[in-house]
Amino acid sequence: MVQSKAAVIRSDLDIVIARTMARDVAKTLGFGAIDQARIATAVSELARNIFLYAGTGNVTVREVEKNNRKGIEIVCEDQGPGIANIDLVMQDGYSTSRGMGMGLPGAKRLMDDFSIRSQENVGTTITCRKWRN
Amino acid sequence: MESLRIPILKIGDILIASIQVALHDASAVQFKDDLLQKIHDTRARGVIIDLTALDVVDSFIGRLIADIAAMAGLMGTRVVLTGLQPAVAITLVELGLELPRVLTALNLEKGLTMMQRLTEESDDGSV
Repeated sequence: MVQSKAAVIRSDLDIVIARTMARDVAKTLGFGAIDQARIATAVSELARNIFLYAGTGNVTVREVEKNNRKGIEIVCEDQGPGIANIDLVMQDGYSTSRGMGMGLPGAKRLMDDFSIRSQENVGTTITCRKWRN
Repeated sequence: MESLRIPILKIGDILIASIQVALHDASAVQFKDDLLQKIHDTRARGVIIDLTALDVVDSFIGRLIADIAAMAGLMGTRVVLTGLQPAVAITLVELGLELPRVLTALNLEKGLTMMQRLTEESDDGSV
């Protein structure tokens, strides 16, 4: 059965709700404690980016399967200002806000696959996956 | 929703705060303000922040803890962080947040021993 859950990000409280949801799904899918923490932390970083830069957006978590491997997919979407220079935001230490500039590169390191689609003044969609061992 | 207040206990001249629930950003910032004020009010010489119950520490909370340690240090108070879970230590380093300037101990008991040593050293004038 494909598990899918979604959370709306509107406030800093929703960041905690989204990452708890992601952890619960990861646990149900059989991820171990350390991967659960990686997944929850990555969602926390990505949900905070939505809150800080776009104000509102959605986080969807679902089960994925590829080449007989099971995994978890997290999609973070917003209709915010978009990212003008993706290479720049993926650099450690780059930040335009009160963050430390490790949200996106940090989340990427915690996950296995990571892609960003973004258009200025249209929005940003970040899709990332982690595969179960 | 009103932000959650983390209780800060005083034992001798040491403050102990055990964070038992997932902190959202506003309650984390409230905790920083409360703790610094309590350091000032009680003239505490050391603070132990116990994170045993936390299963996620993201870059926001990690940075805030580093900030608290630096700010308390400016006030002349040492901060020791205790009880980081293995998964939390792993994700913090993978995130790139190694907290190099924050003192840590395995658990609250070892943290208290470390704090006693630190405050005794400063009695000698050696620190």
